Amino acid sequence: MAAAMPLALVVLLLLGPGGPALAEPPRDSLREELVITPLPSGDVAATFQFRTRWDSELQRKGGLSVLLKADRLFHTSYHSQAVHIRPVCRNTRCTSISWELRQTLSVVFDAFITGQGKKDWSLFRMFSRTLTEPCPLASESRVYVDITNYSQDNETLEVNPPPTTTYQDVILGTRRTYAVYDLLDRAMINNSRNLNLQLKWKKPPENEAPLVPFLHAQRYVSGYGLQKGELSTLLYNTHPYRAFPVLLLDSVPWYLRLYVHTLTITSKGKENKPSYIHYQPAQDRLQPHLLEMLIQLPANSVTKVSIQFERALLKWTEYTPDPNHGFYVSPSVLSALVPSMVAAKPVDWEESPLFNTLFPVSDGSSYFVRLYTEPLLVNLPTPDFSMPYNVICLTCTVVAVCYGSFYNLLTRTFHIEEPSTGGLAKRLANLIRRARGVPPL
Amino acid sequence: MAATYCLGRASIALAALLLLSFGSFAASQIEVCTSRFWFNYRHVANTLSVYRSVKRLGIPDSHIVLMLADDMACNPRNPKPATVFSHKNMELNVYGDDVEVDYRSYEVTVENFLRVLTGRIPPSTPRSKRLLSDDRSNILIYMTGHGGNGFLKFQDSEEITNIELADAFEQMWQKRRYNELLFIIDTCQGASMYERFYSPNIMALASSQVGEDSLSHQPDPAIGVHLMDRYTFYVLEFLEEINPASQTNMNDLFQVCPKSLCVSTPGHRTDLFQRDPKNVLITDFFGSVRKVEITTETISLQQYSEMESKPKLKDWHPPGGFILGLWALIIMVFFKTYGIKHMKFIF
Repeated sequence: MAAAMPLALVVLLLLGPGGPALAEPPRDSLREELVITPLPSGDVAATFQFRTRWDSELQRKGGLSVLLKADRLFHTSYHSQAVHIRPVCRNTRCTSISWELRQTLSVVFDAFITGQGKKDWSLFRMFSRTLTEPCPLASESRVYVDITNYSQDNETLEVNPPPTTTYQDVILGTRRTYAVYDLLDRAMINNSRNLNLQLKWKKPPENEAPLVPFLHAQRYVSGYGLQKGELSTLLYNTHPYRAFPVLLLDSVPWYLRLYVHTLTITSKGKENKPSYIHYQPAQDRLQPHLLEMLIQLPANSVTKVSIQFERALLKWTEYTPDPNHGFYVSPSVLSALVPSMVAAKPVDWEESPLFNTLFPVSDGSSYFVRLYTEPLLVNLPTPDFSMPYNVICLTCTVVAVCYGSFYNLLTRTFHIEEPSTGGLAKRLANLIRRARGVPPL
Repeated sequence: MAATYCLGRASIALAALLLLSFGSFAASQIEVCTSRFWFNYRHVANTLSVYRSVKRLGIPDSHIVLMLADDMACNPRNPKPATVFSHKNMELNVYGDDVEVDYRSYEVTVENFLRVLTGRIPPSTPRSKRLLSDDRSNILIYMTGHGGNGFLKFQDSEEITNIELADAFEQMWQKRRYNELLFIIDTCQGASMYERFYSPNIMALASSQVGEDSLSHQPDPAIGVHLMDRYTFYVLEFLEEINPASQTNMNDLFQVCPKSLCVSTPGHRTDLFQRDPKNVLITDFFGSVRKVEITTETISLQQYSEMESKPKLKDWHPPGGFILGLWALIIMVFFKTYGIKHMKFIF
């Protein structure tokens, strides 16, 4: 289920130089951000984001990257990494361009691992270390904690240490409130030498179902046998009254031979014709299939896109050493402008947090979302690689046993041989008989 | 590497730090794990443990080519993700934070391994995937996996024979790619892999003789597989006591893991090696020791009238088409003029 729920506690510390009128952003800057979002089920989602405007990668010491330790980050229910590179204008007139590199890491921590059954969590419990100092190279370094539903009163939860500021904005169509902790603010770190954010639930949160996003998708392979199959993608539009278009991009490897005449798109039982289709067929061993469609999703519906395929037989040497594991089909990419529940006012991209500006949209009535469905594992017809060895053994055995016996029977001659008796006694007797001149025994 | 820089022009250098190496050679490493699948966890743990030891003793990643045929740390069957343990007490995570795997997964093939050894690599290969060695490098090659009498299995789909390996080492010797080579192998019947070596300056160690199996050390009930092989486990215990300045020699390494601990009989081969093993330090191969002498004197470098370098061996190329055609023409004209009877005086 590719649910677009980036409930991340975005901790963005923006500590830029003061003054609203910045003629041009600092030339080379590093901004780092951690967003922590408690999910309704009690799990905690954390998203790190690092943005640099340098030509080369920075070596980061201190700051948020101390929290990036593999042993804790892989003990999670969900883990996702992304790298975004794009050219950005250096100034409003766009006379010079620099490259922006964003690296994001999203993880979802399981409540039971972090809190021993209780839903409380802290940075130390999640990452087994705390934030000690800001990164010396960062111009901004912040931690955001999502406290949307509970900002009014202090009776449901308590965030420790108390935040200095809060940040409110329309994120992904809904209004959200974040507690902001600025690592570059000296008062924050100096008090306690380290920053260990803790969240304690005063009242246990009701087990509400997680919010279903307006757009989510699922993909699967159906069919039986190793000759053919069907690839289906389900697109869910859960908005009660708005329909919106979705761009679906599928890149299927060449060894799954798609039959495009079997492509069917149905919504609510009726056929749905896409507004735009682009298909580039695969060439064996050279390039994969490329299928791109713009599909209108009616409100409150499920759209099923399905296409049948045939599995190809690869050449002997093209099989991997573990062919029975299966072959991967890369995820399909969905891009859509989803209507928001709350209209957002246009943001100043430089001042707003990183998590808000990944896909900036100038029109506040919808927000841009890019989803990836799950990758699929497809089994191809696999030859039995041990067959030549087995055949050689069997054939040689059969030849040796059957033909060999037959050959012996036909060509061997048999002589009758006297059994020899006596031995030493007989020899002695013959010696004496020879001395006497008598014929031997 | 001996750092005798010959400059083509006169320069006066203020040498605050002069790097002199007295008879020390750079060490390079190739560590290969050839087994795929989760139940061969121990082979990856073997290789990573050796990798960690040599990194601890000072060899940088640029001089190590690490080939792992499967990913155990991020394997979905690993109950402790992002870790590879070598001992069931879980004290040492040999995967660590700074492992640099150069060849991974499907790239670990016999062809790639032989290309790394002999240097016949396409020009687009990055430096981290090359063995950057020259005739003053001591190379350690550590291989582990499943093997038999005369072969080592790569990833369940192909094998490398001892003859191929011996020929690859001979190619390395001809191309002056090593000064001394230490070959360690931890597989079943490992001694068969070094039987066929014929190049000079090779010392070899194996975990078992022909006809014997190398056994694994201990299973771990939490992870569910055997964590390490016996021979490498005891070699590692031995290496943990080595520091960059220690004077232990190869004879001590030969004594590691006697039959009582290892069940198999480790073997070694030193007849191709020039020096006596008791004079060879462990750190010659496992560590990287440079003697550095710091001085604040000024040293002026003289101008050399010509470059003092080894005469470059010019490769012989067969004559090109034009030259051949020209000679054919000349010979044809000669025989047409003076008749074919002159042929017998030529041949």
